[in-house]
Amino acid sequence: MAEAMIEFQSVTKQYQGGQPAVDGLSMSIGKGAITVFVGPSGCGKTTSLRMINRMVEPTSGTITVDGRDVSKEPAARLRRSMGYVMQSSGLMPHRSVLDNIATVPRLNGVSKGVARKRAAELLDVVGLASALGKRYPSQLSGGQQQRVGVARALAADPPVLLMDEPFSAVDPVVRDELQQELLRLQRELAKTIVFVTHDIDEATVLGDKVAVFAVGGKLAQYAAPEEILRAPANDFVASFVGRDRGFRHLAFNAAESIRVHPVKTVEAPELAAENREWAVVLDAGSRPLGWASPRDGTGLIPGGSLFRRGDTLRRALDAALSSPSGLGVVVDDDGKLAGVLKAEEVLALIEETRHYREDAT
Amino acid sequence: MSNIFTDTVAWLTDPAHWSGSDGIATRLLEHLQYSGLVLVIAVAIAVPVGLFIGHTGHGRVVAVAVAGALRALPTLGLLVLFALLAGTGLMPPVWALVILTVPPLLAGTYAGISSVEPTVVDAARAMGMTELQVLFRVEVPNGLQVMFGGFRTAVLQVIATVSVVAYLPLGGLGRYLFDGLVLQDFPRMLGGSLLIAALAIAVDLVLAAAQRLLLPPGLSIDSRGGHKAAGDLAAAPAGAAVQGGTV
Repeated sequence: MAEAMIEFQSVTKQYQGGQPAVDGLSMSIGKGAITVFVGPSGCGKTTSLRMINRMVEPTSGTITVDGRDVSKEPAARLRRSMGYVMQSSGLMPHRSVLDNIATVPRLNGVSKGVARKRAAELLDVVGLASALGKRYPSQLSGGQQQRVGVARALAADPPVLLMDEPFSAVDPVVRDELQQELLRLQRELAKTIVFVTHDIDEATVLGDKVAVFAVGGKLAQYAAPEEILRAPANDFVASFVGRDRGFRHLAFNAAESIRVHPVKTVEAPELAAENREWAVVLDAGSRPLGWASPRDGTGLIPGGSLFRRGDTLRRALDAALSSPSGLGVVVDDDGKLAGVLKAEEVLALIEETRHYREDAT
Repeated sequence: MSNIFTDTVAWLTDPAHWSGSDGIATRLLEHLQYSGLVLVIAVAIAVPVGLFIGHTGHGRVVAVAVAGALRALPTLGLLVLFALLAGTGLMPPVWALVILTVPPLLAGTYAGISSVEPTVVDAARAMGMTELQVLFRVEVPNGLQVMFGGFRTAVLQVIATVSVVAYLPLGGLGRYLFDGLVLQDFPRMLGGSLLIAALAIAVDLVLAAAQRLLLPPGLSIDSRGGHKAAGDLAAAPAGAAVQGGTV
């Protein structure tokens, strides 16, 4: 792993009269990577995150950021040097979106004009229209608020971003969108991101490394997400990552060598009836619209998920399993039909990958 | 044929009653001066304490208990007690009224600060605001609507109860009540009461307008929390049209 940015050294947090929330945590978090803290509620993942910027003070142990002990620095200044995104956007209702984003630069003494200009740029960076800058938080949707929250965290260009379940309160479609957006941003910005979630799927999608916390504030496993799914360290991790871990693990294998077969296509569903076989219905731009069934009179049947060239085995299998014809639809980068893939061939490829890995180890 | 109502109207509309050193205009001014003095002192005490309690949560139990106990004190009794202890003059009754005005102001200020959503305060702190910045840049602007509600209640109460200082005897519109009672001049008593009520309503309208001007624009869009009557008066800005479906 790259050099460490944040180090926990035997950090314990004990609230009065209770079990420790975090118990002797020692770990080091790599620079420029996304590290995800995941675990059930009460496992101390949020407490651990909040100790990094001293929103929670540890009972014992030390935390260093970039080699400096955080407890030696004034809390307010320390916090301004890190971006913070939380589950409820936490935007200030009385300030416009632009002024919300400009909060930390303004606290650092940047002039209003400069801070607002930077805020306007950030709106664009997080994919929001500049017209939204003049609105107030209550006029935005949940997803938009979270984007503003990310923009606010980025405003002072901090090297470290702390994200506390930032996408938990938005619907699954928007969550997926925000996750992809975060990955895109991270490719450009290369921040050190600590991300808390209770969702193992989110953890494996986003994390360069994943720390699984067990109840009682113990670190159960700390490894690359692929390894956590493939080789859970103990029963707790295995049960936490769940029954679908085999399926999820497929997301770490590219399905590049999958065979793509030609398929019958039609422009209108009625035509398929004459051919007595499944056909992909295309629009004028050769993009798949759905399926035409060999049986008469069913019309257009909505298709399953699409497999884009370069996607993972997980998506390949899902494309095949979710398709009404049993054939997964393959598209190219422009969304045009490239052919179909077969479930049995995906399974064969999965088996092949497994043998390959066995040989490697 | 004359009755108490026509007599009251006659008393109020008689120009001779409005001028002079004991005319209605003078009494009105005195009434406002006493009220203003009481409010300035009460605000100076209650607001800082309310901000402190609201922000830190310290002393909440004590403050609630003391404020409740103070509210139960009989106004006139307290007034007489202060006069007996400290003699006549302006300040003893003013202090007595201050004691009665502090509880609603304190409660309003405290309630305003604690009505601010905890996640917003938490985020402000996590952004790196100092405690004072959290208080004055986040909690006060967002709690202003509730705080202002408490302030308006206190103002109404002061304008009504400041009448009792006439008992001591000082000026103000209360004079008409006490003098009318002694002289069995009921039109004068009723006229005085109407004047006090009208003054209270007029001042409240002025405060409602001030509240509209002072309230940060982002908050009037959001109807969450706050002092209902005041919130309704604030016209929604143009942005309200675009908020459909976004909660």
